[in-house]
Amino acid sequence: MMGLEHNLMLGFAKSWGLFYLIALALGVVVYTFWPGNRKRFERARTSIMNDESGPWA
Amino acid sequence: MVSTMTVGERQMALGLCVLVALCGLFMAVAGRNDLMGPQGVVVLLAGILGAIVVLRRLDAPEPGPERLASYYDEPIKFGIVAAMVWAIIGMLVGDWVAWLLAFPRLTFADVPWASFGRLRPIHTTGIIFGFGGNALIATSMHVMQRTSRARLPDQLSPWFVLAGYNLFCVLAVSGYLIGVTQSKEYAEPEWYADIWLVIVWVTYFILYLRTLARRREPHIYVANWYFLAFILVVAMLHIVNNLALPVSLSSAKSYSLFSGVQDAMVQWWYGHNAVAFFLTAGFLGMLYYYLPKRAGRPIYSYRMSIIGFWGITFFYVWVGSHHLHYTALPQWVQTLGMTFSVMLLVPSWIAAANALLTLNGAWHKVRDDATLRFMMVAAVFYGLSTFEGSFLAIQPVNALSHYTDWTIAHVHAGTLGWNAMIIFGAIYYLVPQLWKRPSMYSPRLVEVHFWFAIAGTVIYVFAMWNSGITQGLMWRTYNDSGTLAYSFVDSLLAMHPYYIARAFGGLLFLIGTAVGCYNIWMTTRTAPAARIAPAGQVPDMPSAPVVAGE
Repeated sequence: MMGLEHNLMLGFAKSWGLFYLIALALGVVVYTFWPGNRKRFERARTSIMNDESGPWA
Repeated sequence: MVSTMTVGERQMALGLCVLVALCGLFMAVAGRNDLMGPQGVVVLLAGILGAIVVLRRLDAPEPGPERLASYYDEPIKFGIVAAMVWAIIGMLVGDWVAWLLAFPRLTFADVPWASFGRLRPIHTTGIIFGFGGNALIATSMHVMQRTSRARLPDQLSPWFVLAGYNLFCVLAVSGYLIGVTQSKEYAEPEWYADIWLVIVWVTYFILYLRTLARRREPHIYVANWYFLAFILVVAMLHIVNNLALPVSLSSAKSYSLFSGVQDAMVQWWYGHNAVAFFLTAGFLGMLYYYLPKRAGRPIYSYRMSIIGFWGITFFYVWVGSHHLHYTALPQWVQTLGMTFSVMLLVPSWIAAANALLTLNGAWHKVRDDATLRFMMVAAVFYGLSTFEGSFLAIQPVNALSHYTDWTIAHVHAGTLGWNAMIIFGAIYYLVPQLWKRPSMYSPRLVEVHFWFAIAGTVIYVFAMWNSGITQGLMWRTYNDSGTLAYSFVDSLLAMHPYYIARAFGGLLFLIGTAVGCYNIWMTTRTAPAARIAPAGQVPDMPSAPVVAGE
């Protein structure tokens, strides 16, 4: 019983685990380099430089 | 602190304190024949103390609606002070046990509570959870408000998180002294303290999400991602690793649900991810906010920070098994841990490089400003210790290094060189700003602290590198007849000079921290700055170009 569970987990990790990690990596790269996100990131990057004036109403 | 709460919040705070005191009373009475009893007294006293603090200011005038136009910084100040108090406790005990290792006869009393086995977890808990944890909570509350341009949603839950978290630390440390432990490294506190921490931690997570939900900035700045990963994953790790069945409700003792190699794997899945998400992710959140702010330059590459974030979150969770090389753990799990550890070098160095490249063009500031230099050194040590970590996780290297002082060297390169340095950098940035002072009481003393800290770290790490490699080599040297060339005692004698050097390095680091405490104390004592510039702007900081109309 134990052996079956172990092999099942192992098979699952070696097949779907692999695909899920690759898909995730691709998703992250696409999100990061998506041209439409450039403005967003640039704004977030510089916006923190001036944030001491208090919360915005 | 109480007077910044609304009257309703004060009443709720009082109710919570009474509830905590009642729990303490129950523990003290029901567990009077067990170690649970003294722990109950600690909880009872904490509840009473809290109630007194609230009662003294219960009738103070309520803060007006104008408070909503500013960030809520009172709890952050408390967190910083608590972090420095724990730093002194943790480093003092750590250096004391370091001297004990070099000169065991130094022990002042032949009693259980003064023994190495009980004092060592006070050092690790005091530093990781007391010093590191308070600094993480305080800086996260600072960063979440600034980057969201939103005030914390209420005035009660931040205090609950900080006070509750410190109660957990005090319970843990006082428990070790009387012999309470569940014998899991970095997870020593017993079941009742663990349950309390879950309550506190979930409140912390919800507080963070509520603040983000109120944000005015459309994009969530990357530092918050790291802090959120820290809070979420630590909750997961803490709950799973501490699954245990108490002997009874009135007993401090519990038994883990796991046993054998499963227990070892769960423990090191927890243990290494405590390093990953407590000591790395949260601290990278600090780095990604305070380093650009202090340098006056936005982070070098925002895209790199995103790639690094996902790399770190998804590689780190697999590496725990590298603590169990050559054990009963299945070989493929060991290989998995080793492989992911090596791959982890990529996102780790992305973060370190991103930090150092941000400083390009600001190196003159690094030269002149010890606060920024603390952060720069932290980034360098982060790069060094993550490289070392990947290297040590490779099985043949681990065969030499494991169970030796090399591991201690690696851990302290990380904690002293990276975690403590970035905390000190952040604190020296925060203290003048939060207490509205033009600068620290003495910039020269910040310099003094910096050099004590760097000297202490280098001496400590080099001593333990030498010691560890010597140990590892002596333990695997065979003579011509095929038996071990050195006895264990031979290797112990060879360690002696290094142990003295290590204790001396630790002492230097402790002195630096004490200097820092004095400087912070004096800063809060000096008169507030005359109204200069926008509230809290540190004048010696280059002001960033104002983005108008936001």
